[in-house]
Amino acid sequence: MANADAPAIAANRFGLGARPGELAQIGSEYRGWLSAQLRGGPLQINDPQLRSSTEILAQVLDIKREQKAARQAVAKTVVTAMEEKPTANVNDPVMKLGELYRPIYVAESVARVRTAVSTERPFVERLTQFWTNHFAVSIDKNAVVGLAGSFEREAIRPFVLGSFTNLLVAAESHQAMLLYLDNHLSVGPTSRVARLRERRRQDRPFGINENLAREILELHTLGVNGGYTQTDVTTFAQVISGWSISGYGPLSRGEAGGFVFRTELHEPGAKTVLGKRYADDGFAQGEAVLRDIAAKPATARFIATKLARHFVADEPSERTISRIARAFVKSSGDLPTVYNALIDSPEAWSQPRAKYKTPSDYVISTYRGLQLPTVAGRKIVGSLDVLGQRSYSPGSPAGWPDRSADWDGASALLKRIQWAEAVAQKVGSLRDAIALGPELLGNTLSDATRTAIGRAASPTQALTLLLTAPEFLRR
Amino acid sequence: MSLIGRREFLATSALAAGGALLTSRVAFARTEGTSRFILVILRGALDGLSAVPPYGDPDYAHLRRDLALGAPGAADGVLKLDSTFGLHPSLSFLYDSYNARELVVFQAIASPYRERSHFDGQDVLENGHTKPHAIQTGWLNRALSGLPSKTAAQSQERGIALGQNVPLVMRGPASVASWSPSKLTALDDDTLQRIGDLYSRDPILSRRLAEALEADAIAMSANSDGSKMLAQRDPKEAKKYARYDEIVDAAGSFLRSGEGPQVAVFDTTGWDTHANEGDAKGQLSTRLGGLDSSLRKLKAQLGPAWNDTVVLLVTEFGRTAAVNGTRGTDHGTGAAAFLVGGAVRGGRVVADWPGLSQAALYQGRDLKPTTDMRSVIKGVLADHLAVSTRVLESNVFPDSSNARAMRDLVRT
Repeated sequence: MANADAPAIAANRFGLGARPGELAQIGSEYRGWLSAQLRGGPLQINDPQLRSSTEILAQVLDIKREQKAARQAVAKTVVTAMEEKPTANVNDPVMKLGELYRPIYVAESVARVRTAVSTERPFVERLTQFWTNHFAVSIDKNAVVGLAGSFEREAIRPFVLGSFTNLLVAAESHQAMLLYLDNHLSVGPTSRVARLRERRRQDRPFGINENLAREILELHTLGVNGGYTQTDVTTFAQVISGWSISGYGPLSRGEAGGFVFRTELHEPGAKTVLGKRYADDGFAQGEAVLRDIAAKPATARFIATKLARHFVADEPSERTISRIARAFVKSSGDLPTVYNALIDSPEAWSQPRAKYKTPSDYVISTYRGLQLPTVAGRKIVGSLDVLGQRSYSPGSPAGWPDRSADWDGASALLKRIQWAEAVAQKVGSLRDAIALGPELLGNTLSDATRTAIGRAASPTQALTLLLTAPEFLRR
Repeated sequence: MSLIGRREFLATSALAAGGALLTSRVAFARTEGTSRFILVILRGALDGLSAVPPYGDPDYAHLRRDLALGAPGAADGVLKLDSTFGLHPSLSFLYDSYNARELVVFQAIASPYRERSHFDGQDVLENGHTKPHAIQTGWLNRALSGLPSKTAAQSQERGIALGQNVPLVMRGPASVASWSPSKLTALDDDTLQRIGDLYSRDPILSRRLAEALEADAIAMSANSDGSKMLAQRDPKEAKKYARYDEIVDAAGSFLRSGEGPQVAVFDTTGWDTHANEGDAKGQLSTRLGGLDSSLRKLKAQLGPAWNDTVVLLVTEFGRTAAVNGTRGTDHGTGAAAFLVGGAVRGGRVVADWPGLSQAALYQGRDLKPTTDMRSVIKGVLADHLAVSTRVLESNVFPDSSNARAMRDLVRT
């Protein structure tokens, strides 16, 4: 059966917004247009300017060492001269690390929006953003400001078209995740380091931090009702104690800034998680737990629900969810198979405006639709901030929320309208909104919008109306 | 405790038979719509044992180790409330309010939620039910629907969310406004009119647009009468202000006159202190200090309206009784909460204190909750906003008959 809305749904819901000419190119092969994007390997960002997490973390250690030396030197002078304490800003560590982090953060954010605006595989880029948000780290924790971008490039992008298990292991063992959820500080209560501490009768014993273990179970795999207990959380935290970063965490001596399994922090012994016993074989113990959790039906269902909610509807039907979950289980989490089940769901193609665009969706689709230049990438990044979705700052490990009610606030709408008008004032005279309407929205363009654009008082106003039309605010 | 607190609570419960009478009197006194209510959600689970340290409990110091605060009078010691509880030394405004009898401190309080997920915990805190995701509307919005009818001078929206989007607690059938500081320029009126027409067949967007324009108009008029506009403030100066000052400025503008919304909600974040939480100094101390100074500013912004204001600060759950292995605390159960404002009958700690002995801890690790958060909220909604018992029980907090309203929290 022909679905006249389908090309626009493919480009706007599954992609990042149509570019002129794209809907014609998609035509009746809308599913094929999407599934073809899943072939051809990961969608990487090749920007020689961007640095690896390990390199950045190594430099952080250097800066911290220099700061310490400088502080000691100053303290010495002070003692001899009996002067006042030095003012904090001379060697303020946050300031100096901020100087390192900020340009990295901006460069990463710019590279990312440029990719989103220009890519020929927008479905893959949307999936990348979905997974980055699923395994969320947030820059309101200072330690990850410089790593959020490289986290996505290193732990998400290479795995988006592979197996969920590999994606899971890559994300949980990445330095940004370990820092964000404190695992580099977690110490097994009877580990070598903890016992050493005890022998020296130091007042402050080291111990477990259960933050990462809990969020893996609750937010990354099984889901909050996925059948785990507080004991599972605590034991799993012991299993992954020692997943750390070279040079970071208690009594660390390394230099490199890369991931390291630190045996001396790891809680020794076999452990039982979710009813299964795992022998102690170091890093492999945690990896084995992750692999088993990834294969649980609760995980399949949790991921299926999130995918359906992101792509199909705020409250997707049970039928759609179980279709995707079945594909997940049957293929052992082969992600392209899962994505194909998603685009094979009839529900995904039946309701053209089911999802309200997030600020990021909105800005990216405007840039794609109007073919705006991305030379001033910082401007796009700034737009996301003004509209309420600063890059890499979901604010919590749950990631950005994914229902209309989370984004359609009155004040947010007014800002979107103001922003659209500012864009239109810049380029309105150079764009023909009447012609662009069908190019961007195809059959989903409503008569009311077409009429309003046609009667507009100026090209600028016509473009403002196109960008603020209900069908452009949704996907 | 809190014998006094418990006695008061029981005495109030004994009054339940006369409750209807009390409600009607309050309703009469408050129908001018002068009562203001501000809800502040502390997202991430505030460590109640740091904010309201039970310094007099024999188990406090050894459970808390590095995080334990000193006794009253010691350097950086707690601000003394009574022989058991103190306030964190960063909370100087709250302490002043306590001494002015404008603050009630709650300890060992919790919503009905008993697991340890932030996100489900916040959902229950906001949806007013006993289970997460039971309903897609919030208790505060449902309470707004139950307010006595408005006077002609009042704006259509009785509630406002200070932030770009509306949090769950404020979502629902009652129309509410939202507001956040704008960095964008004014819109062309003709274009706006046409957008309004375009939305006429889209119920959600047309409602949102109307709400936004109304909130904008209130903010503009409130700021033209002499209060200093945030946008005009020197950015360098602005940086020195505490984190939530923009929001409390706006709260002042909206709520001061009594003609705009009378109920506001805003979020604060950053309370999830798993590592290096700090004691009298450090991460949590800085955040508490910022919050406290913003509250002080809120009082100044509201001016005389402060006397008709109740501010409730709540969090989704507390944190572990013991310090964890990384000088922080993990997700727990019993929490602290605060009720502050000129209309609060304050100067007391309400806590049926279970203690911190190993046997007293919930599941052997968390402060045991002994007060139901819904009792506090129901009391405030009934006595301050004159929401009827019927609406409270059937609509705002269904299944809450075991959490009886505390009816002595507000000056009436």
